Parts: sequence; C-alpha cells; structure tokens
Amino acid sequence: MSLNLDPRFDDPDGFYNELIHMHDGLSESESREANARLILLLANHIGDRAVLSEAMRIARNPLDH
Amino acid sequence: MPYEYPQYEYRRSPDQDSASPARHPVVIAGAGPVGLALAIDLALKRVPVVLLEVLDTISDGSRAICFAKRTLEVCERLGIGRRLLDKGVTWKTGKVFFEDDQVFEFDLLPEDGHQFPAFINLQQYYMELYGIDRAQELEEFIDLRWSNELQGIASDKDGVRLTVGTPDGSYPLDCDWLIAADGARSFCRKTLGLEFEGRTFDDQFLIADIKTKSDLPPVRRFWFAPTFTDADSALLHMQPDDVWRLDFQIGPEADAEEEMRVENVMRRVRGMLGDNIEPDLEWISVYRFQSRRIRDFRHGRVLFVGDAAHQVSPFGARGANSGIQDAENLAWKFQLVLNELAPETLLDSYHAERTYAADENIRHSTQSTDFIAPKGEVSLAFRNAVLSLAPNHKFARPFINSGRLSVPTIHRESALNTPDGDAWSGKLLPGAPAVDAPVQTPDGERWLLDQLKGEFTLLYFTDGPAPEALRQDFLPLQENDIPVCPLVLGLTPGVPEARVFDSQGLVAMRYDAQAGTAYLLRPDQHVTARWKRFDLDAIRTALNTATCN
Repeated sequence: MSLNLDPRFDDPDGFYNELIHMHDGLSESESREANARLILLLANHIGDRAVLSEAMRIARNPLDH
Repeated sequence: MPYEYPQYEYRRSPDQDSASPARHPVVIAGAGPVGLALAIDLALKRVPVVLLEVLDTISDGSRAICFAKRTLEVCERLGIGRRLLDKGVTWKTGKVFFEDDQVFEFDLLPEDGHQFPAFINLQQYYMELYGIDRAQELEEFIDLRWSNELQGIASDKDGVRLTVGTPDGSYPLDCDWLIAADGARSFCRKTLGLEFEGRTFDDQFLIADIKTKSDLPPVRRFWFAPTFTDADSALLHMQPDDVWRLDFQIGPEADAEEEMRVENVMRRVRGMLGDNIEPDLEWISVYRFQSRRIRDFRHGRVLFVGDAAHQVSPFGARGANSGIQDAENLAWKFQLVLNELAPETLLDSYHAERTYAADENIRHSTQSTDFIAPKGEVSLAFRNAVLSLAPNHKFARPFINSGRLSVPTIHRESALNTPDGDAWSGKLLPGAPAVDAPVQTPDGERWLLDQLKGEFTLLYFTDGPAPEALRQDFLPLQENDIPVCPLVLGLTPGVPEARVFDSQGLVAMRYDAQAGTAYLLRPDQHVTARWKRFDLDAIRTALNTATCN
C-alpha cells in the first residue's frame, strides 16, 4: 500500500478545528508532546513502514511529490 | 574490592637477557577480560601466547558489570563460566520509571533449558581475577608478564618488533602477530595512527559503586527524568558483595571534580536509596562515552579486539560482552593460520565478521543514547510522549529504550557461511552461535554446548543406528587436517552410536532437526552450514568455505 494523498474528510473544517483545539490551554512544550503522542498513535495504527516513510519524506519536503 | 587487592609479581623474563630479540608467534597487549579470554582460548588450542600487562594487578573499580548469556557460554568453554555464574547476581527483570512512576517492566524472557541465564551482574575485577587464575593453570602456554608496558611497535609484512618497558628497563621482543587488547586508550591504536570513526556524546555520567546492605531485589532500575536527584537519567544495578552500581546522567556542563566530591555523591545516593543509608563508597568515576570504531580491525600483522577496536555506550552492556565475542572469533582462526592449515585471509574474516558486529552494537548504542539523552526539544517531546503513553497503552512500550541488552551478533552475511539449501524453521541461522539445550549423557544430565570442545563439530541427529557407510564417513572427517569431531545426538533413547541423547526434545526443536539432520559448527560454536541429510562432499566443501581453503 502507498500513502493515500487524496482528500478524505467529508468535514475538513471540523477535523481541522478539532486538531487545533486539541492544544487548547497547553504550553509550548506540552503541545509539542501532545503532537508527538498523536504522531505515535497514528503511526502505530498505520503500522506500515513504507507508508510512514513516504509521509515523513513529504512532511519534511512539502514540495515533493 | 573483593577481599585483598591482589598483586602479581613482576618476574624477569629470559627474553630480557637474550642476545638477539626472542621471537614468539603471538603477543597479546593487555590482560583485561578480552586479552585474557583470547589468551586462554589460544592456550586451550595449544598455541603459546605472551600476554603483556602494564599493571601488576586487576582493574580498579567494577567497570563492566553486566555479563550476558553468550559471554558465560564462551567462558564456560574457557573453564570459568560456572565460577562467574556462582559469584554473580542473576537477574532478568528490569523496571523503567518516568519521573516518580513506573511505566514499564520487562523480563528478559529466558526460556527454560539453558545452562546460563540472560544476564549476571558481576564486577569486572572478578572476571579478571578468574581469568588470571585460569591463565595461571595454563602457564605451559600463557606467559603472563606483569608490569610489562608496550612502548614501541614496528611491524612489517613478516612480523612485529615490540619494545617493552619493565621495572628493569626496556627490551625488544619479536612476534609473528600482535593482538591489541589494550583498551579504549589503546597504545597500539595510537602508535599505528588509527582514528576512531563515529560519535562522541557530550553528556557526562557519574558512576558510584556503593557497599550497603539492602533488601532490594536484583532488578535493574532505570529512571528517566528522576525527581529524587538533579539528573536526566539514573540507573541502579545490584552486584555481589552488597555492592550497588548507581549511574547518574549529569549533563554536558557538570563540573566533574565537584560532582565526585563525597558529599555530592552521597546526596545523590541518598536521593535514590533513602536518607538513612550509610554506604561505603567503593568507586566513583565520571565518564563520557562514544559510539565508534576503527575502520580496519586487521592492520597487517596487528589485530585489534575489544575496546581498542570499538566502543559503545554502557546502556546495552555491549562493550565487554562484544569484546569476548571478538576473542572467540579470533582464537580458532589464529590457530589454523599459525599451523598453516588456513591462509592468512581467514584473519580478514575476523575483520569482516567483527566490524559487522561492532556496527550492530554501535547502532543499538546510538539509538539507546538518542532515547536516553535526547538532543533537542522535539526529540525530548517524542521521548516523553512514549514514556507518558506506555503505562496505559502497550503499543508504546516497545519504543522505550533504556538500553537494548547485549545478544550475540549473528554473522548472517559472513563469507564463511554456506547458505542453506534446505528449508528450515526456527530462529537458528548460519552465522548464529549454537543454541544450548539439556542433553542426557553417560555422565548424567548435561548441556549441549558443553559437548562442543573448541573444534569443528558435526552435530548429527539420528533415531536409529547410523548406517555403516555413515560411520565410515565420520572417520575421514576426524582424521582430516582440520579435524571435524562428530557429535551423534540420539533423538530417541538407546541409539547405540549416540553418546548424547536429546532427553527433553529441546535440541531437535531448537535445531529444527529430524533423523539425518547435520550441523557443521565452528570451533567458536557458530553454525556455519547445515543439511537435512548427511553428505560428506557437502561437509568438506563447507569446511573449506569456513576456513578460506
């Protein structure tokens, strides 16, 4: 399987809003840790190294295809 | 220290009065655990060794304290394994804390049916003490020279001329081969101008070995961000004789001298173990560590083993343990080369196999360090994310890295291996050390690895009398220039040819063996080839492959 780069949410604004508000009331470092936890949870859920490697590549270089 | 700090007397060697430099086949520089192991292994193969040691005693401080199962197995072949086990503290449980809370507990999962446990803790000086005792038993082959300091090395393609300093002044000494087992600050390495390649870490660690009575169980305890002391991590290990190893990560900026003052050390010790503790301080040290190696482990007639060749962080106990594996890897190759039964290229396979191992150990060590001492805020956030998820979410626990504890390297890519032609199940592979299991012998219940005597061995499984033709095939293998010793293992009791019987069925299981299965094991007990049926030609070919012939 490869990384799915098509838009998938019916309610993109709703998801984005939830993501932003996950950080409400957190300090910079708490926020950084919460993000790290989120990444670890999602990475484990995906569980496919090839997909994750591709995501990391694009995360670091957003102009890549 | 154990009881009395032993002092070994300097004795003048006849070599010092020789008109022209005496010549020896092998000189080993350094009588630490690795130099001693190599000397003993060579002596058991009847190779005479001169072992030079600059000190006249064992090392101060406990230094390496965790000895892994494979080290104990190797040492048992060398004659000191049981002694180490009996003295050491056997442990298998580790607890990991984040700040004040336990987040994870691991069990090193030693399955039953092995002579040795996953780990023991034992002060390095005991390892040296027992090694020296053993070397002295083998004095016919081991010329152990105390207070002999290597001061000069000049090597060419035929040998090495050494200059050795003693209390009586210096003397020249020639050898065919020099083994540098002279530790992290290796004189040999510096003299040959060899650079380490790898990483040096800025963080400083304070070690305190204390002696105190305590009811704590023999559990490895590791704290990330402990609250009881100002350190980024802390570690506690039990050693014999009521000695405890405490290790504190005190950061790159800490003032080492200040930190080593007794009252400052005591403050940390009491933080960890309680205010009412009144320990004796046995040994205090501050260190930084490296994950690095020299590029080539063989330089012509000079070979590097142990810390002289490679260094890692202490968290996986991969320093001394991998050094012992260097020694067992090199000993039998030397024996064959010195006796002209194999070409010198066999020694290059030492470089190939053990740099592969060093890279594996360095990789683990570096990854552990990145977790224990994260560089930068994002790394720290990920590390703390793992630790905060771990108590309630088991998916996060495998990420916790407080040191990946030493297991022997599988030399899976070694050119000495014969790749499998048959289908096999199980974990054993060509290039892996043979796995232990209980066996029944005429002398009673014994261990499989104890049946392997430091020669090439053909482990042959049978459930009935071996065919006559087969028995005749064993003979030429035994009488080969490089003898292959057959070890016939009965899968069922009462097989007449089988001296050894797989009484619990664990050998067959661990070796995926049926009647007719044959394993060719190297003198260092590593699997080099295996077949589901006996084939004399294939065995001969595999033996040639394993010896560069």
